[in-house]
Amino acid sequence: MQTRPAQLTDRDAWLRLRRARHGDLVALIDFSPWEDALPEFWGDPAAGGIDVFIGTTRAETHADGRELVALDYEAYPEMALSQMRDLARRVRERWPVVRLALLHRVGRVAVGQPSVVVAVASPHRAEAFEACRWLIDTLKAEVPIWKKEVWADGSGTWVEGAVPEARGAGDAG
Amino acid sequence: MKVRVLLFAVLRDRAGVAEVSLDLPEGATVAAAAEAVLHRFPDLRGAARSLAYALNRAYCRPDARLKEADEVALIPPVSGG
Repeated sequence: MQTRPAQLTDRDAWLRLRRARHGDLVALIDFSPWEDALPEFWGDPAAGGIDVFIGTTRAETHADGRELVALDYEAYPEMALSQMRDLARRVRERWPVVRLALLHRVGRVAVGQPSVVVAVASPHRAEAFEACRWLIDTLKAEVPIWKKEVWADGSGTWVEGAVPEARGAGDAG
Repeated sequence: MKVRVLLFAVLRDRAGVAEVSLDLPEGATVAAAAEAVLHRFPDLRGAARSLAYALNRAYCRPDARLKEADEVALIPPVSGG
């Protein structure tokens, strides 16, 4: 079985990360509360606006009447983190990002609860909106994370999402 | 040469294992490693409508060549966020 990197369960490492006064906040998280870290993360004087996207588990009823109770998230952790750090690099090739957060939950996320947080601080709001949108759209298209729908009867179905493309080293971001 | 193939999500569920160790000829491709896994676990065929491949934690093409101790991953369609 694969071991998971320290960021997933090491609360001390998480606390150090969230208290850092500089640098981006990029992590896979499997404990709560985690989105509470965000207010500590703000406060860079170069930013004129911060756009935050929070993805949550939406309630759903299956065609056969089963109710969704949660989404179970699984990651290829080392690759997901390196891809997320690369997104932080690529977004800056397009927009002036002062600081960003990319946090994704692994494990069970109940209906109504947050699964992913993308936040971008930039000098002006137009850049923040666009960069934040690009980050979540690209994360969903490329990062090796999968979700399984967990139904009230205990059954589960893996969601088939996007097939990522192999990008060469010279490809545009 | 020895390589590891990691399985995730629906593939891991169907195979019942998270990792497969393979001994392949020198110069074998990622596609060959994937085929060896699918041969060992026939239930995986059709488990995902389309697979992507990763070699040492970066997406690759199926014709990428392997070397000793490489880490391959079979990536079902991703659904983060």
